[in-house]
Amino acid sequence: MRFAISRPADPSERKSLYVKLVEATIIYAVLFFFALLVGIPFLYMFTGSFKTNGQLFSWPVNLLAPEPTLNNYERLLSGEEIPYLQQMGNSVIIAVSQSALTLLCASMVGWGFAKYEFRGKTFLTIFLLFTFAIPFQVTLVPLFQMIVRLGLLDNFLGVILPSSVSAFGAFFMRQAMVSIPQELLDAGRIDGASEWGLFWRIGIPLSRGALSILCVLVFLTAWNDYLWPLIVLRTPEKFTYPVGLATLNGLYKVEYGMILGGAFIATLPIVLIFVAGRNQILDNLTIGAVKQ
Amino acid sequence: MFGRGRKIAPYLFISPFFIGYAIFFLYPVVQSLQLSFYRQVGLNKAPRFIGVDNYVRLATKDALFIKALTNTTYYALGSILIIVPLALLLALILHSPKLRFREFFRFLYFTPNITAGVVVGIIFGLVFEEQYGLINNLLLAPLGLENVRWLREARWVMPAIILLGAWKWTGINAIYFMVGLQNIPPELKEAARVDGATRLQVFWHVTLPLLRPILAFVLTIAIIGSYNLFAEPAILLRGLEGGPNNAGMTMTMYLYTRGFRELKMGYASAIGYSLAVIILVLSVIQLVLIRAFRED
Repeated sequence: MRFAISRPADPSERKSLYVKLVEATIIYAVLFFFALLVGIPFLYMFTGSFKTNGQLFSWPVNLLAPEPTLNNYERLLSGEEIPYLQQMGNSVIIAVSQSALTLLCASMVGWGFAKYEFRGKTFLTIFLLFTFAIPFQVTLVPLFQMIVRLGLLDNFLGVILPSSVSAFGAFFMRQAMVSIPQELLDAGRIDGASEWGLFWRIGIPLSRGALSILCVLVFLTAWNDYLWPLIVLRTPEKFTYPVGLATLNGLYKVEYGMILGGAFIATLPIVLIFVAGRNQILDNLTIGAVKQ
Repeated sequence: MFGRGRKIAPYLFISPFFIGYAIFFLYPVVQSLQLSFYRQVGLNKAPRFIGVDNYVRLATKDALFIKALTNTTYYALGSILIIVPLALLLALILHSPKLRFREFFRFLYFTPNITAGVVVGIIFGLVFEEQYGLINNLLLAPLGLENVRWLREARWVMPAIILLGAWKWTGINAIYFMVGLQNIPPELKEAARVDGATRLQVFWHVTLPLLRPILAFVLTIAIIGSYNLFAEPAILLRGLEGGPNNAGMTMTMYLYTRGFRELKMGYASAIGYSLAVIILVLSVIQLVLIRAFRED
């Protein structure tokens, strides 16, 4: 009899235990090595925030903080150099408003494109796709002049408004809403719901998943943005935290421990948000990219 | 009334977005093109029409612009050459069956990407520090190599920024490739293996060609990202000059300097449009190249 015919086709079955062990070792060694490369700078930021300048710039390099001091945090949060707590608060206000405004605009326009037929729809879609490719640097100078003319210089609105029209968000929400069954809407219309009611009571609840992902992405972009807030905001009391940290970094005598402390407390909330929603976010990160 | 509501409704739904889009995007795009043919220094000065002078000056007389363009292109090429193979390798490993701690590694590799550019610049100031920095002391010294003057010597500035970019972007690109790998039907690979193909052959002739759309996406994002580079080098090199001999000055840093430090509005607009054209040309070249690979 020839048993070979019924042997499994998967060649990995034929590997010896020894080969498997070596392979596994190499794989985990590579993963661990890259984990160190990614993790050590973060660790150094964290421990460095508990060190004095003298401890940071000394030999040998120590990744831990054997004699931790809270002095950096005390001085940072007391506001003797920059009003950092206020600047983080400014970042919260700007990022939250920008997320809310973007989500509202994006879900409305997404709903319009996903659930209605209207004149000019194809044209607007193609137009949006083409202009989408124009890099934002083109708009910086006229946008700045407009902000000055509107009297929005050094004003949160000047940061929030231009950043809240996201063509990406529009496409993203249209993709998410297009699969909502038409029968639900027809049933709603028969029950006498208004068009706004259909959007608000059916469209929004049924695209909660997409909305939460878009919300995290917009919040993250706003929270981390440096260039546009740097252009619009002019006084330390109005700065967002990246602009504030940059001023500390540009001082003649750089207080590295303090800067690292500020960097750490600004990064922590973002990482926590992503830890909480990691799988949903990471799995859906590529919706816009892959499902075109 | 019912029917009428349904006719007007779509326009009401799309209008907030499109009004905002027209005011804060389309109008500046058009205005910027016009401004790029004018000379305007300072906010309240009257613009003076000078035709294509700004563009001619950029292309022929502005050494700093050429420098910023070269630097940015250097960054784009260097970071793509490092990031794409590394991200592909990590994706292949993370995609292998029965891997433990997959979610942990995937998340860890992704974290640099959600860290603010300013924060990354600050951390890497210490990573690249000449005497007490992490790379010189923890990676090079054990190998018996001499300290590299990363941020103080012009020729090392761009490599430093490229390494920073690789740290920040490899993880997320690995995730993109993982999605691509998941979309390849396992039957295709199995069929090839049954036909006697080696693992390497399967990778080269089955996996890689099917990853082409993801590769195109990754390259497009990388090109756009390179020309957007601003916060990281500005913080890392502690100034918009881009360190010694302007070795780390990127296109967006240059635009910012001319437009918002020196308030040369017309000139900065011309820089913005040059940048747009360059990105467009590079993206098209990249797409054509990727398509060319399909023919063989």
